[in-house]
Amino acid sequence: MVSFANPTRFLSLVDHAVPWLTALTVILLGLGLYLAFFVAPPDYQQGETVRIMFVHVPAAWLAMFGYMLIAVSSLGTLIWRHPLADVAAKTAAPIGATFTFIALVTGSLWGKPMWGTYWVWDARLTSMLVLFLLYLGLIALWQAIEEPGRAGRAAAILALVGVINIPIIKFSVDWWNTLHQPASIVRLGGPTIDPSMLAPLFVMMAGFTLLFVLLHLIAIRAEILRRRVRAMQQSQVEHAALVEA
Amino acid sequence: MSAALALLKRDVKLSWREGGAIGTALGFYLVVVAITPLGLGPDLNLLARIAPGILWIALLLAALLSADRIFHNDYEDGALDVLITGPLPLPLVAAIKCLAHWLTTGVPLALLAPVLGLLLNLPIGTSPSLVLAMLAGTPAVSFIAGIGASLTLGLRRSGVLLALLALPLYVPVLIFGVSAVTPYVNGPLWAPLFMLCALSLASIVLAPIAAAAALRTALR
Repeated sequence: MVSFANPTRFLSLVDHAVPWLTALTVILLGLGLYLAFFVAPPDYQQGETVRIMFVHVPAAWLAMFGYMLIAVSSLGTLIWRHPLADVAAKTAAPIGATFTFIALVTGSLWGKPMWGTYWVWDARLTSMLVLFLLYLGLIALWQAIEEPGRAGRAAAILALVGVINIPIIKFSVDWWNTLHQPASIVRLGGPTIDPSMLAPLFVMMAGFTLLFVLLHLIAIRAEILRRRVRAMQQSQVEHAALVEA
Repeated sequence: MSAALALLKRDVKLSWREGGAIGTALGFYLVVVAITPLGLGPDLNLLARIAPGILWIALLLAALLSADRIFHNDYEDGALDVLITGPLPLPLVAAIKCLAHWLTTGVPLALLAPVLGLLLNLPIGTSPSLVLAMLAGTPAVSFIAGIGASLTLGLRRSGVLLALLALPLYVPVLIFGVSAVTPYVNGPLWAPLFMLCALSLASIVLAPIAAAAALRTALR
């Protein structure tokens, strides 16, 4: 991690990685979508609507992954003062919020034909909505504080306070009797999904994860460059003021 | 210890003497509860059923309304800089300020709740469990508000931002607070009451640490 602390070295690494990652993401997502739509069989109960799951589950996984990434970066900001940690946290928030939104929307589109309602206030849905609100709070806090150093530390504190929601989301289906189905992939005794659906799901999850990483790297690069432009503009203004004086 | 007591006494005294500090929160509480039946229609059975929820939501909003005062005045006049360099550790300072907010906002709001419950046709027999639940839950409200207040210290439009940051964290308090009060059940419901106590104790321990870190960031 320390060797990435130099933003210039990090930028050149990103420049090298982005084309490869883009190609890999396109291939995996294309393969995953093909498998999900044409190869995976329709469910015996849910029919064709089961295909929504191939988008919903990866999006929900990345919603939580994104928040954990922010939480770990926040530790990096507060404890090690890693110069890229608050950039990583800041840029992950909008991406994570988008995936949370996708998970909520696809879930409610699936819920209407299956449960008969777009929304219920059960523990899993409510805690995911709270996750979305936490993302919005983080983004709002970043935008409200102008000085990047203070904004980074304040957002890091808020992110670490909100991390308590993540285990609540994960275990909500075990602790409460929810309408949302219980864990069926990561559980003791192996997954309960048939391999014919599990394989496309794993391909989709890998593709979505790569998409997240790719978007995140590009966003980090943009943020580093944005800060450099800002610093240059500031030094230009200071220089002009000196010349004037 | 005496320094801590002196600080607590000072903060409570300031908010009592500062014109309208407590009165505004109580008045806001009254207005929100009074305006809800006008929006829902005067169905007394419906009102009794949703009264605990309305009372809790109005309490959260009223507490948030006064939350940016926890640190703001001391930040403006520089007293916070003195407190940081003083003998008390900063988390303790934050804890005392949140405690003062609870004493001057949480406790009066909780005590006023049964009176407002009458407006919502909440049976008078549920008053003890309502007050008990609110006294058990409002420390969490004040201490979590302290996190929000320290994070948004000195920002423009900090009040709205504070509400956006703190309200999602109030979800557990709201859920257990409402389930601790059920119309037509007179005795307190112990399980949600204990959960409220647990939430309050956890936030009393953890929130001052987060608030102190945020204060250091704001005053750097």
